[in-house]
Amino acid sequence: MSEPLLRLSGLTRRFGGLTALEAVDFAIGPGEILGLIGPNGAGKTVCFHLISGVLKPTAGEIHLEGRRIDGLPPHRIARLGIGRTFQIVKPFARLSALENVIASQGIERYGSLARIWSSWTNARERERARRRLAEAGLAEVAPRPAGVLPLGHLRRLEIARALAAARKLLLLDESFSGLRHEEIVPLETLVRRIRAAGVSVLLIEHNMRVAMGLCDRLVVLDHGRKIAEGPAAEVRRNPAVIEAYLGRRHAADAA
Amino acid sequence: MGGYLVTLATLISIQAIAACGLNVIVGYAGQISLGHAAFFGIGAYAAALLGTQAGFSFWTALPLAVALTAGVGLLLGAPSLRVREDFLAITTIGINFIVEAVFNNVEFFGGALGIGNIPRIRAFGGPVGGAGMLALCLGFLGLVVAACAGLVRCWAGLACFALREEETAAAGIGISPVRFKLLAFVIGSAMAGLGGALYAHYMRFIGAGDFAFPLSVSMLTMVVVGGIGTLWGPVLGAALIGLLPEVFRPLIDYRMLFYTTLLLLMIRFQPGGLLGDEGLARRLLRKAIPGGRR
Repeated sequence: MSEPLLRLSGLTRRFGGLTALEAVDFAIGPGEILGLIGPNGAGKTVCFHLISGVLKPTAGEIHLEGRRIDGLPPHRIARLGIGRTFQIVKPFARLSALENVIASQGIERYGSLARIWSSWTNARERERARRRLAEAGLAEVAPRPAGVLPLGHLRRLEIARALAAARKLLLLDESFSGLRHEEIVPLETLVRRIRAAGVSVLLIEHNMRVAMGLCDRLVVLDHGRKIAEGPAAEVRRNPAVIEAYLGRRHAADAA
Repeated sequence: MGGYLVTLATLISIQAIAACGLNVIVGYAGQISLGHAAFFGIGAYAAALLGTQAGFSFWTALPLAVALTAGVGLLLGAPSLRVREDFLAITTIGINFIVEAVFNNVEFFGGALGIGNIPRIRAFGGPVGGAGMLALCLGFLGLVVAACAGLVRCWAGLACFALREEETAAAGIGISPVRFKLLAFVIGSAMAGLGGALYAHYMRFIGAGDFAFPLSVSMLTMVVVGGIGTLWGPVLGAALIGLLPEVFRPLIDYRMLFYTTLLLLMIRFQPGGLLGDEGLARRLLRKAIPGGRR
């Protein structure tokens, strides 16, 4: 791999006496789909919060295209080209699905006091947002308030909303969890399309079939440490991984 | 229209201007403020002092008073808006009490005597009288409502809505929470300052007690009753809260009890306000104008 898009080095986060993440290193290349897996409490979501700036690392560094981004506030990191979804969905409940996406399209403007006074209610912004919703399979719910949509729709709305920010990297926090099989397949197609458009994807996933099928490589965390990294097929055979995680979970999955 | 009704309508439109400002902060950006009367007072004192001490006309003093109120809003909002919800409520109550105490105790602001002899507004070569003042206040109210309508349609307004709904997700799409809360706070304060300046020149005598905490509560009641986050809600609320005590004169001694009860009933039965999505007024309007949304 040449120059990575995102590099995490020695990333550590402690909450009081609890170490949620301990000296974790990995990198994501341009156009790569990288899966972050591990049992509950392994530190996956903490890792996402650190990358997106919701939490600040106790130690270690995060670089985006060589630029150090740890310590920046979330809105600055989003403007640098990293979009994310949330494990517990966070829609703008009283705005329509369409307005949720339009709001994200203001990302180029929110940083400038001069550019936030023009109207967002024009045909061009609506059309852009409609296309994004359609890509996520949400065209028919565009006018409905996001707060009334079912979970399957909300997970896709989160992705549609994150796309405006995700010029370089999209972070998906368990976007597939709680979905039925017929909802998962189109979502996988969507993620592949996003990658094909040149955006790297880092995803947290508990559904092993999805993680194995979708990701180029996997990084496995356990108790805050990285225990394995590599192509899916390799990681799957790694004894440490089987012991920590796949041994129990995947066997149960397969049964 | 009798003089009494003109007076009442003038005071209601002045309060509606300030309530619209509070709606920008509470309704659009979702930041609770229980100290809005302080900014109403700052606008009033600024206009009064500029009119009496500096000898400025209303028209010169007005932009200065509005800018000053917005500036103080920026100054006080910057530290306050870093805390959330109940802490913000307490902080803004504190702001109200401090500002009132400053007006009451600092000689420069007239102390307990307040400021009197504030000149009438002059226009077209003469003083503006009762009906003229009402027209002027309604005109400014129209401008404020138009400004709110514009804010809702621009990116700044959309950012505030996003922030109100989900702060973490808003930050995830590039919206700086502190910056946009502050923006809403400054705009809302400026509107309160405008209302305050009109109030000072209309009453021609002001004292610190005019801008005490109960006025903040009553302004918040206006916004909640009328329809929080709606365009016309604060205007409807100001009219109702202004009219009801006049209709039920004997209630005036129990005003705070009345407001509080009304507030609780609204929160229980009409959380979106009369003009909110499921509000009574909205439902009646829908029946009257089929297909109409606003």
